[in-house]
Amino acid sequence: MTGCRVVAIGGSAGSIPVVTALLQALPTSFPFAVFVVLHRLKNVTSSMDTILTSKGRGLVIGEPDDKEAIVAHRVYLAPQNYHLLIEADRTISLDYSEPVHYSRPSIDVTFESIAMAYAGSAVAILLSGANQDGADGLLAIVRQGGVAIVQDPATAEYPVMPQAAINRNKNAVVLTPEHIASFLHTLND
Amino acid sequence: MTVPIYISAEDLEEVVHLVRRQYGYDFGDYARASLQRRVIRCMQKAGCLTAFELKYQLTNDERFFAWFIESLTVNVTEMFRDPAFYKELRNTVLPKLASYPILKIWHAGCSTGEEVFSMAILLHEAGLLNRTRLYATDLNPANLERARQGIVPLQNMKEYTSNYIQSGGTNDFSSYYTARYENAIIHKEYRKNIVFATHNLATDQVFNEFQLVCCRNVLIYFNRELQNRVMTLFSNSLAPLGYLALGMKESLLFSEARDQFDVVSPVVRIYRSKT
Ligand SMILES: C[S@@+](CC[C@H](N)C(=O)[O-])C[C@H]1O[C@@H](n2cnc3c(N)ncnc32)[C@H](O)[C@@H]1O
Repeated sequence: MTGCRVVAIGGSAGSIPVVTALLQALPTSFPFAVFVVLHRLKNVTSSMDTILTSKGRGLVIGEPDDKEAIVAHRVYLAPQNYHLLIEADRTISLDYSEPVHYSRPSIDVTFESIAMAYAGSAVAILLSGANQDGADGLLAIVRQGGVAIVQDPATAEYPVMPQAAINRNKNAVVLTPEHIASFLHTLND
Repeated sequence: MTVPIYISAEDLEEVVHLVRRQYGYDFGDYARASLQRRVIRCMQKAGCLTAFELKYQLTNDERFFAWFIESLTVNVTEMFRDPAFYKELRNTVLPKLASYPILKIWHAGCSTGEEVFSMAILLHEAGLLNRTRLYATDLNPANLERARQGIVPLQNMKEYTSNYIQSGGTNDFSSYYTARYENAIIHKEYRKNIVFATHNLATDQVFNEFQLVCCRNVLIYFNRELQNRVMTLFSNSLAPLGYLALGMKESLLFSEARDQFDVVSPVVRIYRSKT
């Protein structure tokens, strides 16, 4: 694929090992921004960004502030207890509205917003999880001409979420974590 | 399955324009990504399948408009949300404020009151409540109506109690409210110094001088231009060396007003006016 500007990764229960593996598999330089949306507990101090950073081999990983400008070669982790949205001018807006699929941040919300802002230059990847979040978001990505990838449910610790996404999206590409990792390399044009 | 409802960027601008012209509410400088989601949500709830239907209803039905405004704003809130923030208030800010004979605090965008009730409890525990006047304002009259009743859903109290304890609270949290059916009613003595009033940050002016302004999770709905204007409004509303508290992911760094403030707590986003 050429012209990829953004890769969005959504995961829930059982997805952390895959997320870390994918971040480690990123090429040393990449011309796109990466968004990671994980279902997490709220009102507890979270060290998710430090955990991911320590495994990410010098990657810049952080929770963005509201209205931060998006730059390539950076990994943005959706902060706990906020939805993460993208503005047309490629800045980040956070939103404290109702949870979607009992989740805030919700994967659907970020994927749908990325679909609007990036259209055909977006790749969205949905990983292991135990609910239905992400399926609608992937649909929006595909409708706007982006690429939708789903972790093969047979390889997922919790297959419900990837399976729900596959049922909803005939155009989703189903891949094992290893194949997703190699796909990320083809984005580095 | 629900029919996907969509509103284009152009139609969204027309709705914003209509609402401003006909009703005087200005959403022109709201961040578009969330505004668009909210408008779509309103259309779904109201059964408007197209932007045309929405505009038609807004133009011809004032009651529909009142409902629209109430549903458009994001009203979600919590008591003692972000316990680390309240802990910092307890340990750092309130001891400094204790030297004032009379305190005035402004909660801008107070929603249904949970945040200002939490503040009243902190002030009570610091022995400051009796000399404090709390001004809690919001754009949405329905939120204020609810806030005035001092009612919080009882099912949330378990979580709020845990937040309260994490914030350093050592009292019995249930001593602050009475449970009645599905509701927890915050005792009147903790609410008597609170004044609830409508105030639109996008269009209204400075109305008093405060030692502390709390505006948490409201600026995220604004674009940078409006954020800058509101920051100037806050700066002009603060007493010398007054405090400004923002949400955990709201930063003064992007704002033109940053030079006028010192950072008190970078993590929980508490700032202090230099002058
Ligand atoms: C997400 S709530 C935040 C409540 C509380 N401060 C908290 O952090 O839990 C946002 C509130 O801002 C209010 N709001 C939105 N635009 C506003 C404006 N222009 N002026 C005043 N309040 C506004 C909404 O009505 C809503 O009650």
